[in-house]
Amino acid sequence: MKRVYVNEEWCLGCHLCEYNCAFAATGETDMAKALKGVTIHPKIQIEENNRISFAVSCRHCDDPICVKSCIAGAISKTDGVVHVDKSKCVGCYTCILVCPYGAVMPAPDGHAIQKCELCTDNACGEPACVKGCPNGAIVFEER
Amino acid sequence: MAINYNIPEYDVLRDPQRCIACRVCERQCANEVHSFDPDSGTMKSDESKCVNCHRCVALCPTHALKIVKNPDTFRLNAYWGQNDISEIYRQAETGGMLLSSMGNPKPYPIYWDKILINASQVTNPSIDPLREPMETRTFLGKKPGAIERNPDGSIKTDSLPPQLKLEVPILFSAMSYGSISYNAHQSLARAAQELGTYYNTGEGGLHEDFYKYGPNTIVQVASGRFGVHHDYLEAGAAIEIKIGQGAKPGIGGHLTGAKITDAVSRTRMIPKGTDAISPAPHHDIYSIEDLRQLVYSLKEATEYKKPIIVKIAAVHNVAAIASGIARSGADIIAIDGFRGGTGAAPTRIRDNVGIPIELALAAVDERLRQEQIRSNVSLIVAGGIRNSADVVKAIALGADAVYIATPALIALGCHLCRTCQIGKCNWGIATQRPDLVKRLNPDIGYKRLMNLVSAWQHEIMEMMGGMGINSIEAMRGNRLMLRGVGLNEKELEILGIKHAGE
Amino acid sequence: MQNEGEIRIPSGCAITGVISKSGERFSGETAIRSIEPMHDRSNGLGGGFAAYGIYPQNRDLYAFHVFYDSARAKEECEQVLQTSFDVTVAEKIPTRKMPQITDEPAIWRYFCLPYEKLLQSTGLDEREFVSRFVVKINTQIRGAYVFSSGKNMGVFKAVGFPEDVGRYYRLEDYEGYCWTAHGRYPTNTPGWWGGAHPFNLLDYTVVHNGEISSYDANRRFIEMFGYRCTLLTDTEVITYIIDYLNRRQGMSLEETADVIAAPFWSEIDAMDEADRKKFTYLRNVYSSMLITGPFSILLGFTGGMMALNDRLKLRSMVVGEKGDRVYVASEECAIRTVAPELDRLWSPRGGEPVIIQVNEGVRI
Repeated sequence: MKRVYVNEEWCLGCHLCEYNCAFAATGETDMAKALKGVTIHPKIQIEENNRISFAVSCRHCDDPICVKSCIAGAISKTDGVVHVDKSKCVGCYTCILVCPYGAVMPAPDGHAIQKCELCTDNACGEPACVKGCPNGAIVFEER
Repeated sequence: MAINYNIPEYDVLRDPQRCIACRVCERQCANEVHSFDPDSGTMKSDESKCVNCHRCVALCPTHALKIVKNPDTFRLNAYWGQNDISEIYRQAETGGMLLSSMGNPKPYPIYWDKILINASQVTNPSIDPLREPMETRTFLGKKPGAIERNPDGSIKTDSLPPQLKLEVPILFSAMSYGSISYNAHQSLARAAQELGTYYNTGEGGLHEDFYKYGPNTIVQVASGRFGVHHDYLEAGAAIEIKIGQGAKPGIGGHLTGAKITDAVSRTRMIPKGTDAISPAPHHDIYSIEDLRQLVYSLKEATEYKKPIIVKIAAVHNVAAIASGIARSGADIIAIDGFRGGTGAAPTRIRDNVGIPIELALAAVDERLRQEQIRSNVSLIVAGGIRNSADVVKAIALGADAVYIATPALIALGCHLCRTCQIGKCNWGIATQRPDLVKRLNPDIGYKRLMNLVSAWQHEIMEMMGGMGINSIEAMRGNRLMLRGVGLNEKELEILGIKHAGE
Repeated sequence: MQNEGEIRIPSGCAITGVISKSGERFSGETAIRSIEPMHDRSNGLGGGFAAYGIYPQNRDLYAFHVFYDSARAKEECEQVLQTSFDVTVAEKIPTRKMPQITDEPAIWRYFCLPYEKLLQSTGLDEREFVSRFVVKINTQIRGAYVFSSGKNMGVFKAVGFPEDVGRYYRLEDYEGYCWTAHGRYPTNTPGWWGGAHPFNLLDYTVVHNGEISSYDANRRFIEMFGYRCTLLTDTEVITYIIDYLNRRQGMSLEETADVIAAPFWSEIDAMDEADRKKFTYLRNVYSSMLITGPFSILLGFTGGMMALNDRLKLRSMVVGEKGDRVYVASEECAIRTVAPELDRLWSPRGGEPVIIQVNEGVRI
């Protein structure tokens, strides 16, 4: 199963992955049009301190604790990808509390959660963060 | 505050319609040109700090940035150019020598562009490299004057002096660890290994991690003798004595203490933080006979198993110097032309000393043939090779192979901003700052280098095939395959080629 | 218009060669008849023959064939010749007046030997002395050109179609055990007699069909060893390379062929270790003598003949055998004309030398 992996050694902390993620979610074709004046809510986020930086997004765990914790049955894992069914999500945020990686976050509308679904939920085709990483620090591969 | 007499060289144009204030430019500019204004939520720029390295332009996700020449000018003057005036202001302010990097950018003649390549028509067939073998393999080293035979009459093959085997006649030229980064070195080493060619350590020693690339490494011994010890000499496939560098003939080098990090210090075997100064001459070589002693010292030290390269800058009497070197016991001569790059050189020297490599090569090759010693040495030329056509022309003029450094760096991302000396290379090449060094991922870098050289190899093969030549050796010194355009009699005579139409 | 020597002139051609392995001598008529059907491969701007074994009465003397453009050139050349050589015979080479052959120079023949004492004082071996002497005449005396300089052999060449050239020189009156012939198709030349083939140095003669792309690489390299390529033709440089490798470096003809038409690296890399080392060595050390581009050559030498194609076989060349005779030609018709029934006929592979020598013990 191919997943997104992050190599801290090559992460430049440029935050482009965040913008590419947010852009992919808009379904627009022009990033300037899509993101101009918008506060972005990317599903991958750079953690950085001092000179260390790396991107964090959903690991699609083998045994995802978020799935177990969901009181509404809104999170499920199919074909190796942990999905959220926003119509079922009640916004209790239990998943956000239990995720050990901080990879689940409130959606911008505040009514549901969002998380990385490997760009299977948009038209990007392959993870936008990987495609746009300038230094090969984020990869999408089988390990 | 003192008056700033100068004007910024470049202008940063930001399209406000496109900028989404993602701040990538700000994060990626080590020169701190870009900044974010939280009040207005927009990006600002201080173009006076811009060196036009294009890192911000390349990473801007919305293509909102353009770096252009600052349209602001001093009063136009056909004699006193903008640059002349600016440099005077800078020197009046600092009292210092001007420093620059990379190769001579001045509009001197480019002989490569005045030489054209032949192709077959009717009387002999061109050869299609997709259908027939097209050989770019070559060997560098001294060739014996006569064959020797074993008692059974077979040819003695093991008496051959040491040779370098190249699958493609392109080597990566010397760039020291210190002047360029660990990741740049690793990219070069890996690419050389994959391509079946060699990279050159430059004068900064060999990092302990890279000994494993030894069979594809040329280790350099320069006037500073940085990092030279027995294992280092043993590690390489060949040893290069660096006498001079095309960008700065006649002077040494100066790597500032800021670049002497822990690892650089360990590799160079000098204290951390101290300036690494290479003397102008080797202080044990004040004459050609001294060179012979160093050549044989190095041969003794490595049991005559490694070819010795002597690298010189192309200066006025380069042919006579090369002739001396060819008789010094050296196996290979590398000649570096005045377009050759550098991590730092006095601007006046870089821009005014030395001669074009095309003329130097033609003169050296012809002189060595006249003296019947061309087979004593192989010739590598460096300094200003820009593309595969330059390689073909160099080989047809008489080179055995070429060194490339600037094209290799460009492949790694260098945009020739020519400010390596300040150590803030935004592309992670000419810097030792860890946050900048990591911008060059060798996994990406070595593939880009391989792509570049493979692409050139394909182009070389196409040009060879066009000439009806299917082995690179049959192109070497094959000057009838070249014609000059717009060259005067003297230039044609030195290049040893005819004019187009002749 | 520039003459040979002032400009490089590529040319296409016809070649043919016949040798008797038993050393039986036969008249030049065979060679003339063999080259005749390939008339269209020449354009009348050069034809020539090399004949081995034709001067048995003077077999130990060098036979110099010389073209003179002027009486002054002859005088000057003979003066130089007589200071270094004991000349036994000096005579005009007999020719037949023909309308097809025009602008004839004076054509002379000398049987001679270098003076023993002079030779000793130079410290050179006889052949090296003679080869240097020939190069000297050809480069330094204007209007004089030594076009044949071996023992018991001779080159006959002119501007014209080869069959006419053969009759002009009355080759039916000569008998040799080996003949090669050449018809030339140069692409731009006013036609100069010296530029016709075969090209000769000592007893080596080369007839060649092709245009080598490595020419200037080869020329500039071989000139390091005292050779002067004055004609700027392929044939000249090929002859010098063969002379250098075979005579001066002491290589066998097979080894010589392995250098000038070397196997590809892909083939060498697949050889067993001993061969791989040998071929790698030869290609590395003698890389500047690799000849690329199309060629088929016939090398004549005392006692034999070698046929060689370029390594891609970009020029036609066939070999035929009948009894003790071996025939090599650009086209099969050239062989069938003189030997309609053959024991064997084949087309050698590119880079594969075919070496035919007269049987051991035969006096030639």
